[in-house]
Amino acid sequence: MTFPSLETRGLTIRFGGHIAVNNVSCSFRPGELTVIVGPNGAGKTTWFNLVSGQLTPSEGSILLRGEDITALAPSARAKRGIGRAFQLTNLFPGLSVFENVRLAVQAKRGTGPRLFRPAAAYREISEIARAHLETARLESVADLPAAALPHGDQRKLEVALLLAMEPEIFMFDEPTAGMSVDEAPVILELIDTIRKDSSKTVLLVEHKMDVVRALADRIIVLHNGEQVADGAPETVMASEIVREIYLGIPAGEAA
Amino acid sequence: MTDSELISAPASDPVRKGRMVVYAIALVIALALAFAPFLFQDVRSGQVAARICIFIVLAASYDLLIGYTGIVSFAHTMFFGMGAYGAAIALKNSGAHWSSVIAGGGLGVLCAAVLAVLIGILSLRVKAIFFAMVTLAAASVMLVLVSQFSDFTGGEDGIVYSSPNLFKPATKLLLGDDGKVLKIMGVSMDGKIAAYYFVFLSCLVLYWFLARIVRSPLGTVLEAIRENEMRAEAIGYRVVAYRTAVFMIAAIVAALAGVVWAVWLKYTGPESTLSFAIMIDILLMVVIGGMGTMVGAVIGATLMSIAQFFLKDLMEAAAGATSFLPLVPNLLNPDRWLLWLGILFILLVYFFPAGIAGTLMKKGAHK
Repeated sequence: MTFPSLETRGLTIRFGGHIAVNNVSCSFRPGELTVIVGPNGAGKTTWFNLVSGQLTPSEGSILLRGEDITALAPSARAKRGIGRAFQLTNLFPGLSVFENVRLAVQAKRGTGPRLFRPAAAYREISEIARAHLETARLESVADLPAAALPHGDQRKLEVALLLAMEPEIFMFDEPTAGMSVDEAPVILELIDTIRKDSSKTVLLVEHKMDVVRALADRIIVLHNGEQVADGAPETVMASEIVREIYLGIPAGEAA
Repeated sequence: MTDSELISAPASDPVRKGRMVVYAIALVIALALAFAPFLFQDVRSGQVAARICIFIVLAASYDLLIGYTGIVSFAHTMFFGMGAYGAAIALKNSGAHWSSVIAGGGLGVLCAAVLAVLIGILSLRVKAIFFAMVTLAAASVMLVLVSQFSDFTGGEDGIVYSSPNLFKPATKLLLGDDGKVLKIMGVSMDGKIAAYYFVFLSCLVLYWFLARIVRSPLGTVLEAIRENEMRAEAIGYRVVAYRTAVFMIAAIVAALAGVVWAVWLKYTGPESTLSFAIMIDILLMVVIGGMGTMVGAVIGATLMSIAQFFLKDLMEAAAGATSFLPLVPNLLNPDRWLLWLGILFILLVYFFPAGIAGTLMKKGAHK
């Protein structure tokens, strides 16, 4: 039997009396793009934080290719192939765009035990970083500090960092939030390219319904921390419960 | 600022010029220190030159913590003192030999490394402010221990001892044709000059080591941790391990500087190694020079040491020169040197908010 690439079993986290994620069990296969939807406060980002390790669950477990990783630190999960891009841009603001990406490549590829060799002397790492910058169309701003970039470019850099980690599991948290209409396609094309690689598992939190329709192989709906629907896009979109949840939300947010 | 200006900013002329100025200043300081015994032949200047060498290493290793990694520690003089006391106690009790320096100093450095790892593992997970408090507590405990175990450490009075024979003034390094000690440019090639170059070269090696570290892959990870600890962890760097490692490296370098200082000074006491006054000096040197710039440590340590030692002389001369004026000589009275030092610091921080090297090199100019 082959293991799912990623699985959560009865994943629950409580903050005092509030249950942010409640008993979520689901598994994911390589080559599949799953969109996680739900209203604000449904627990999508919290569930992401549990999987990538920023939060520790109150109950339940997380399995990566059948191995229990619930007790591992975020850095150890990253080394094992879980890559995460953040909803609120979360970069190294004072370092250059190139250095941001180079650090992620260095974390993945490693530099060996030679402590005193200048980082710039590791040609291969620099070249890979340059390639990722080109993919994200950031090569023209490579030498600027990340903090000096406009919002759209910061979002692209966020995605470039994720690419540079070369993960097995790609986790995007609203990657196009706040991006202009002409910028968003760069990110969406990137995600589409990754999806076509049958060895990768992609998880995507997204509000924009056109994006969901265009990309999703499967949709999971979270509501008040609970998993209320899971299945093929057509089935889930048509289901009673999803209509109910989304009818309560102003059209502007659901669109 | 338009986009095109932003893009051209990193390589623009004022920044390149600022960088040139900073490296030129550092080069002048390095050359002055390299030839200090020949350039400044009085005893006091020699003392100041050696002190500058040691404090450049202390400030640079402290900058590795506070400027590069964002760790605030008040225990840097504690590690400095552990190296110094290790060498001093051995030199006092087992005689003025190199073996004492190596065994005692080595033990001191080892203790500093072990203590740094323990403090790091136990408390680098907690918030920065708590870590700073833990280091403050550890440094206070060390001060109390040193003054209580006075049989061993000499208490408040410290320990006086001899340095190895090579550094005794009577040692003749080079002999002239007449069988007396050779003089080059009026400087005797004796033990005193050997001692100075022991300090200079040791500090040069330690500084070079630190400068290599900040450019290595390890150094880049440290900057990443300073900029965004959570993201550094998320892309796969074990932050606690990196922090503990850098805390240990800084402790070892400070302790080694302590060993060199103990050999040079032939005296080790709380006031010369462990005191919080020195801790504040190091902190000011890093801030004045520029946090997160290794070259800033050179400028900060030099400027501050020179101000501390020569401001009084300067003021005495100035007071004498203005003695015909009312009030002014009183203001310039050497007794008020601390007031002027304070004013100097305020002006420096005002005009160089990111430190001298940091501001001139426009590091962090985007903030």
